[in-house]
Amino acid sequence: MTTTAPRRPQKASFRDRLLRLAGTVTTPLLPGDYLDMIAPLRAGAPLRGRIVAVRPETRDAATLVIQPGRGWHGHLPGQYVRLGVDVDGVRQWRAYSVTSAPGAADGRISVTVKAIPDGKVSNHLVRRIRPGTIVQLDQAQGDFVLPTATPERVLFLTAGSGITPVMGMLRAGLTERADVVLVHSAPTRNDVIFGAELRALADRGAVRLVERHTATSGLLDVAELDDLVPDHAQRHTWACGPVGLLDAAETHWAARGCPDRLHTERFRPTVVTPGDGGTVTFTGAGVTVAADGATTLLDAGENAGVLMPSGCRMGICYGCVVPLRQGAVRDLRNGDVTTAVPGDGVRIQTCISAAAGTCDIEL
Amino acid sequence: MTVIQKKADNPIAHLSAEDIEIIGKELDAIRDRVIADRGERDARYIRKVIKTQRTLEISSRAVLLFSLFPPAWIVGTAGLTVAKILDNMEIGHNVLHGQWDWMRDPKIHSTTWDWDHVSPADQWKQSHNELHHRFTNVVGKDNDLGYGIMRVDEDQPWHPMHLGQPVWNLLNAAFFEYGIAAYDLELGDHLKQKRLKDPKFRARAKAVGRKIRKQVLKDYVVHPLLSGPSFLSTFAATFTANLIRNVWSHSVIMCGHFPNGVETFEKTSIEGETRGEWYLRQMLGSANISGPRLLHIMTGNLSFQIEHHLFPDLPSNRYQEIAPQVRALFDRYGLRYTTGPLPKQVASAWWKVIRLSLPNRRDRRQPVAPGPLVPSGAA
Repeated sequence: MTTTAPRRPQKASFRDRLLRLAGTVTTPLLPGDYLDMIAPLRAGAPLRGRIVAVRPETRDAATLVIQPGRGWHGHLPGQYVRLGVDVDGVRQWRAYSVTSAPGAADGRISVTVKAIPDGKVSNHLVRRIRPGTIVQLDQAQGDFVLPTATPERVLFLTAGSGITPVMGMLRAGLTERADVVLVHSAPTRNDVIFGAELRALADRGAVRLVERHTATSGLLDVAELDDLVPDHAQRHTWACGPVGLLDAAETHWAARGCPDRLHTERFRPTVVTPGDGGTVTFTGAGVTVAADGATTLLDAGENAGVLMPSGCRMGICYGCVVPLRQGAVRDLRNGDVTTAVPGDGVRIQTCISAAAGTCDIEL
Repeated sequence: MTVIQKKADNPIAHLSAEDIEIIGKELDAIRDRVIADRGERDARYIRKVIKTQRTLEISSRAVLLFSLFPPAWIVGTAGLTVAKILDNMEIGHNVLHGQWDWMRDPKIHSTTWDWDHVSPADQWKQSHNELHHRFTNVVGKDNDLGYGIMRVDEDQPWHPMHLGQPVWNLLNAAFFEYGIAAYDLELGDHLKQKRLKDPKFRARAKAVGRKIRKQVLKDYVVHPLLSGPSFLSTFAATFTANLIRNVWSHSVIMCGHFPNGVETFEKTSIEGETRGEWYLRQMLGSANISGPRLLHIMTGNLSFQIEHHLFPDLPSNRYQEIAPQVRALFDRYGLRYTTGPLPKQVASAWWKVIRLSLPNRRDRRQPVAPGPLVPSGAA
């Protein structure tokens, strides 16, 4: 018999046994709780990353260089990564495009963040976060990526921080394989994120760059593309930017009869606007009810026959805490609104919360 | 203590219903101010306490591997005792109250936390957060008044069993975590009513059994075995650490509701209770312990029992900060803010346990009809 390659399942179970054994030493904590203190990026830990550098790009944008944990699977150019960062002590999750090329020798990745006015997380990341900070990560995701067979002619239509996923593609060597035109809008020359790098690419003929400075020349009308890029309808186009630009592009490409050649990335997350009352779905029970703004989610669920965990019914015992998958709720005691989008990991007390919009409760 | 409604000198007789609602509004405002200001500083605090606790626990246990040497035994036992106290008091109790849920860190959350204690977290949360904090000091509803084994209020009926309560209390102090586990399980009730076969009870009892097994295995088998030749001395060290932790937490918790000056309430008084009345009951039903900052941390800030009972879900590091505002409110409305140094409060609680082991000497009570919290004559 020949020697066999290491058998993975057996190895895994040995590791599990070892961890179980170590667990008898550390209980009620897990061995991982102690390992987290010294090696938060180790294999087997929840995926995290360490900020190794923060580089200003423009007056309101910065690039964060991140050393991801051992569990990082890598990314495709154009994909985004969800970042969990503690702002004012509260964990907040946001998605940012990866702007570095895949496969860096040191395993590092970078994301580039533009501070939006009143943006709690973006301002923290651009202006306050310091190297050494540990952030939570998710694996890269998103289908705003180039097909395996690179098209010969490509157009990128971007504005503001919409350049970030495209930068990931350009840095991954796309310009060597395709004829690339980039039409990018920003308020002024100095507001163009990666301005110097893009102009250098244009100077050596790797891309044709059309910069639109909207503070002086106004917003780009998609119809102008007929003059700026006459063959744009023949090009595979990736567009990323504000909703207005993307909507206009979709209408335009549809009118040209080639909507399948347009790929868009709506990078701003859905904004949850709180209202008064709303439709509440208990996802596990498969029950949907309409609840007004004065009825607690606990009452709404119980009235609809959902088995709700509950306790004091006055907000003190935390016996009714359940995950709010998405939506907005209002604290009936002081009017505070809590919003959530999937993946935020927000948990709420149903006995003092009322619907402030459509809500999905994981129960 | 005598339930407040039967007292000749009812300490809240001077408050009108409007006063009580205003007190409630003022307390709501204190709470809202803390919540608006709650942030990074608080998050740093709890993470620092957790890190300190873990470092202390693991290094003390490492030192105890050599517990045959007396200095190692002393240092390791002291360290492990402090680590266990921090785990139960400033961390476990408070995380399980949901005081840190707002950070949205799944690793420091009331729904995921477990503590170095034989009572499973979810059972403790139910009996403590839901029952004790809701029915604080209501005779017949709040089982924390004597834990169902003692008489700590004149209005609790005397039974010859109570003659032994100083001894029960001493035993309870020494093995407090097991007392709490039995209490959370409502073991006494199930024994009395012969409901031991109830499937819900059995499931809960099994969970307690599992937790006890894990705790005992860790403290009295695994760590002593790892110590090799120091097996017996490590065993003794862990036993000592658990014993001191138990006596300490028992003392702190006795100080919360048993000392002189704390009021109790009638069952009927909480029917239709308003938010203001609920607050008032918490104000009068709790007692603080005065002392230095280290004492507050080691008690899990339960030395600010009054503030904790008013706002059980505010971060514990904030109780000390709001205490002056709370006390000023007591003063303004002529209410007694019960507090004192630890030895005095412990002695006061113990004296009550001893005194009430005997029947009431004579009925000193005025025959006042039981009524609502606010006597109707007050205006």
